[in-house]
Order: sequence, then C-alpha cells, then structure tokens
Amino acid sequence: MTQTTYRDALLQALLDAMDADETVILMGEEVGLYGGAYGVTKGMLDRFGANRVIDTPISEPAIVGAAIGAAMTGLRPVAEIMYVDFAGMVMDQLANQAAKSRYMFGGQIGVPMVLRTQGGTGRSAAAQHSQSLEAWMMHTPGLRLCMPGTVSDAYHLLRDAMRQPDPVVFIEHKGLYTMKGEIGDVPDAPWGQPAIRRRGGDLTIASYSRMLQETLTAAEALAPEIETEVVDLRCLNPLDDGPLMDSVRRTGRCLIVTEAVTTCSVASEIAARVSEQCFDWLEEPPLRLGGEDIPIPVSPALERASIPDARLIEDVARWLVAREAPSWAA
Amino acid sequence: MTFANDAPLARYRTMRRIRTFEERVGELFLKGESAGSMLHLSIGEEAVVGLTDHMAEGDTFTTHHRGHGIFLARGADPMRMLAEIAGREAGYCRGKGGSMHIADRGLGHLGANAIVGGGIPHVVGAGITARNTGTRVVSVAFFGDGGMGQGILYEAMNMAALWKLPVVFCCINNQYGMGTRVDRSAGRQDFPARAEAFGLRAARADGSDVEAVHDAAQAIVEGARDGQPGFMEIDAYRFHGHARMDKSPYRTPEEEEEGRARDPLATARTSLADDTLLDTIDAEAEAEMDTAMKTAIAATPPASDTMFQDVYDPSTPAPRPQRARLADVLEERA
Ligand SMILES: Cc1ncc(C[n+]2csc(CCOP(=O)(O)OP(=O)(O)O)c2C)c(N)n1
Ligand SMILES: [Mg+2]
Repeated sequence: MTQTTYRDALLQALLDAMDADETVILMGEEVGLYGGAYGVTKGMLDRFGANRVIDTPISEPAIVGAAIGAAMTGLRPVAEIMYVDFAGMVMDQLANQAAKSRYMFGGQIGVPMVLRTQGGTGRSAAAQHSQSLEAWMMHTPGLRLCMPGTVSDAYHLLRDAMRQPDPVVFIEHKGLYTMKGEIGDVPDAPWGQPAIRRRGGDLTIASYSRMLQETLTAAEALAPEIETEVVDLRCLNPLDDGPLMDSVRRTGRCLIVTEAVTTCSVASEIAARVSEQCFDWLEEPPLRLGGEDIPIPVSPALERASIPDARLIEDVARWLVAREAPSWAA
Repeated sequence: MTFANDAPLARYRTMRRIRTFEERVGELFLKGESAGSMLHLSIGEEAVVGLTDHMAEGDTFTTHHRGHGIFLARGADPMRMLAEIAGREAGYCRGKGGSMHIADRGLGHLGANAIVGGGIPHVVGAGITARNTGTRVVSVAFFGDGGMGQGILYEAMNMAALWKLPVVFCCINNQYGMGTRVDRSAGRQDFPARAEAFGLRAARADGSDVEAVHDAAQAIVEGARDGQPGFMEIDAYRFHGHARMDKSPYRTPEEEEEGRARDPLATARTSLADDTLLDTIDAEAEAEMDTAMKTAIAATPPASDTMFQDVYDPSTPAPRPQRARLADVLEERA
C-alpha cells in the first residue's frame, strides 16, 4: 500500500463519494477556487463544477442552513465550516435545526448532511481558532460526531459519514493534515465503534483525534514495563462504549486523554461512564487528562504547555500504574 | 359545496377555513386539550392565501411559529393538524412537534420553526436542489416582521440572489413581534427596499385584500420559478395576542379596533357580494372544523416508548432509556 497524508485521504474520500453519487455537493467558504483553507478540496471545483462545489459568502449560519434545506430535499451536502470555533455562529442551525428535524417532525424529514470542520491546537492560532468543541456536539441528541485520528480513518470515516441518514459533524485536526499513513482496504472498525489501537493489560487509555497519536507515542515509551491498551473513540456521538468498558474491566485502570478544556469534556463523560459501569473492577479512579481550563494562548510555549502531550501522558500513566510520582508532583 | 373554478371564491373559502380552524385551536386550548399554550393564531393574516395560490405541487416551504394558515392553504388535513397541536399520535408529527413544529414532507412543508428566522435558510438549500436536479419548483420561506431582525435572513437573501435560486422570502408583517411594534424594532420599515438592495424582486401588498396579495405575488413567485428570487411583504394586523395567554396590554383598544377593521375576510365578502353563497361556505367550514376537532380530541396520545424513536434514522439504534442504564449498573452490583 502507498503512503498518503491525512489531507489527501480526506480529499480522496470526497472525490470517491462525489464520483459515486451525483447528489453529493460541497459548500463552504473557499472550498472551490481557493481549494480549501487547509488545502483539502484542491482541484474539486475544476472536476465537478460550480453547481456541486459551491464557494459561499462568509455566512456560516446560512451555509449550514442551506445544507439542511438541500439535505431535506434530496441532496447529500457536505458543508464546510473553516474552524470549529465558528460553532458559535452555527449552533442554532446545527443543534436546533439539523439535529432535531427528524424528531420534531415525527420521523418524516431526515437531514443527511455532513458538516466538515477542523479544530485543535498546534499552530499558534490563538483563542478563537484552536478550540476542541466536540463536547457541544456530543451534548446534542440527533447529531452524529466523529473525529479521525489516523490516515485510514480520515478516508473511511468520511466515506461512512457521507452515507449516514442523519447529520454528522466531522471534526478534523489541523495538526494532522500532513501526517502520513496508509488507507486500509477496509475500515479499522465498523462505523460507530471504537478501534483498539494497541493491546495491553496494565492500563486503558481512551483518546481520539490528535491525542490518539500522542497516546500511542506514550504507550510505546511505557512498554515493556507498562503495557497500555489504547482505545480510539473515533465516533463520539452516539458513543458505543462497550469495547472501552470491556478493556477497563481487563486492566482495572482508565485514563482519558483529550485536547479539549477538561471541565464538562468528553473525558468527563467517559470518566462518569467508567465509574458507573466498571466500579467493581477499578483499582484506581478513572482519570481525566485534558486541556487546561483556559482559553488557548497564542505563544507557542504557552499553547504547548496548556494541552497534554506524550510526555505528560507517560508521566500520568506511570504514576497511575506504578506509583512513580513525576517531578512536577512534588 | 362545489363551485366552478372561481378563484376569488375559492380563496375566500380557504381563508374562512383558516379562520375557523384557528378559532377551534383557541377552543382546544380552553378545553385543556392542547399540548401547552404556545399557540400562535394567524387570524388577520389569512390573505397569505393570495401567495400560496401561486404555489404548485412539488413546491416546498418553511414557516415560522404562526404557520397554521399557511399549511392549511397548502392542503393540510385539519384533523391531523389539530391532533398534532393536541399532542396526539394521529398528528402530522405523531405528537412530537406540535403547533410550532408541524411539517409534512408530502405536502412540501419542510417544517414550522420556533426559532425566529430558523427555517429561512432551508429554502436556499431547497433552491440548490431544484437547480441541480433541474426541476421547476419554488421554495418559499414564510416568517414574521420579527424575522426581519435576524441576520440569517440577510445571509439567505444574499445567497439566493447570488445563485439565482427559485426562492421566495415572504414576510407576514402583522405589526408586532410579541409586544414590540415594528416601529420599535426597525429603523426603517421599508422591508421590500432591503430585499431589493440584495438583488431580489420585491413587493408589498395590502393584507386586508387577498386579491391584491394575489396580484402582487404572481410576479414574485413566477419570477422565482424562472430564477429571479423574490421577496414579498404582506401588510397585516395580528388580531389577537401573541400567544394564547397574551392579552396585548401594550396596545390600545382603539388601535386594535382599527387593526381588526383591516379584515381580509370582510373585504372579500364585500367584493364577492353573495351572502347566501358565502354563508353556506362559512357553515361548511364550521362543520368541517367541528368534525376535525372531535376526531382529534378523541385520538390517543402516543405511547411513552415512542419518545426514543426518530432521534436517529430507524435503521440505527435508538437512544437507550435511562432506566435501562441505571438498572444495568445497580443490578450488576447487587
Ligand atoms: C431566536 C428567537 N428569539 C426569540 C424568540 C421568542 N419569540 C417567539 S415569537 C417572537 C416574536 C416573533 O415576531 P414575528 O417574527 O413578527 O412573528 P409573529 O409572532 O408576529 O407572527 C419572539 C420574540 C424565539 N422564539 N426565537
Ligand atoms: Mg409579527
């Protein structure tokens, strides 16, 4: 298999879907002529024309609203919001319209659309262009949410998202676009389910998106003294927590790693579920390791320090499993 | 009663059916049979029929929270509407949506909306679908004067003009958004001028005269069908309070009297001038709505486990009931 990037895997998924189904359209700011703010949709305008690759004005609420109307009437729109931070602009259309239409209208009107966006830190993009707002999407019944953390998932999860009968929020990570990897012939796990990325008996670490990569780096460094089981949550809403709970029941320890602000995060939800479902199996309380409860600062030094990395994951894992207190604990 | 394709008479009948329907909705509330009190009557706004008469099968629309009349004008079954408003299983949305979220895909109703302006951009998407699939349908967004304050309207009008979509924005100006009269919410009240500034064809018509609305709406709707998006303001008066509990203490009896004199049904009666015939139409509307009301009230409420249905497509698992989750946790520890 040939190596490709996360960015090109996303592009490939869009190309394949648009070739296979002429009801698929793309719409968003700079998706056409410019080729996408992060270059994902380069070349698509030439290939599919302006009726299917639609450059829009800077009107996020109406981009999502128009995608909803197109989805209700038979198209399969992929709307792009350049940064997930602009969720503040679109939450009415997303949470009150897209997410609730099927339900409010008694099952008559589905909204089969994908909202592609990207988030996360790593580029010193500061407080309004670096957030991880997946908890907002997870807090909304009716939405589906996935966040690919590997090249293969970038392709397969996006293809799967575009086949869903319900709205899917698809959050890419700005720090992963240049990551290299292979696109598997089949998805690493079925749509909606977590993927076990590494087997181990001492500790379970649940993660997703870019933090999955940091977690895998940490797990490598921890071995062989500490064998870590790494669970990639990938599809967060609805969340199939079965494989994660099975893992925690085997290892008795659970650390959840996210880049998002920790309070009321995905990590908080997972910790609550682990407490409820694995109480008798736990050696230690489930631990959350997330972004600090602060806006993201611009200085690279501050930005880096505000979110977990492999080193910190390793520290916490050693403390949790081997009772080795890290230097910062003193 | 059947009569030859006499359009003004048919429009009168539709308007009368709307008014009688809305009166029954008011009674439904007084009987304690409605689901809640968030009921917004469109009495005084019946002349919207002048616009909906230009719509055809296949056309789609969204409405605001005061949309009963629009939906009836597009062919809704009053019994299923009342059942929905009463929260019954037989309702259009199986008792999940109610007055403010009524919809019917088959009749082109893409949904009533309780977020002011919330349904407006959906017609832009419907317009993209029409363009891309080469059908000659139009999509109409209906909203109130309050919607003129929402930014998403201007985003949507711009997109419709930019892409020349078969879309109409129809503002039913009943002079009030809750207790705020338009002169307290709009710096300049020339709404068609706003639409024209975006490149839409725009018109304003007297909402006390359904034939005037019909005449003005022709070019707007047909223009949209040909790719010239439009805007239509219907100048009306909200006869009653904002919702069922509102007694409108913020306006004077004199103003209300003047406003209610702008009655599209009275105007139509005067010009049609056949009292016997019109009385028959009125009696038929009463009988129709009485029957609809009886049937709706007798209908059963939805079973409680239907609450988990239709959060997601039925081909995928429904959300897990909380009791089942708690039972799992507590039984395992017993
Ligand atoms: C976004 C939003 N803001 C406020 C409200 C509360 N609200 C409901 S109806 C209404 C007035 C709407 O006025 P208008 O659009 O003119 O419609 P009308 O009720 O007159 O038909 C308000 C403020 C709401 N439902 N949605
Ligand atoms: Mg109003």
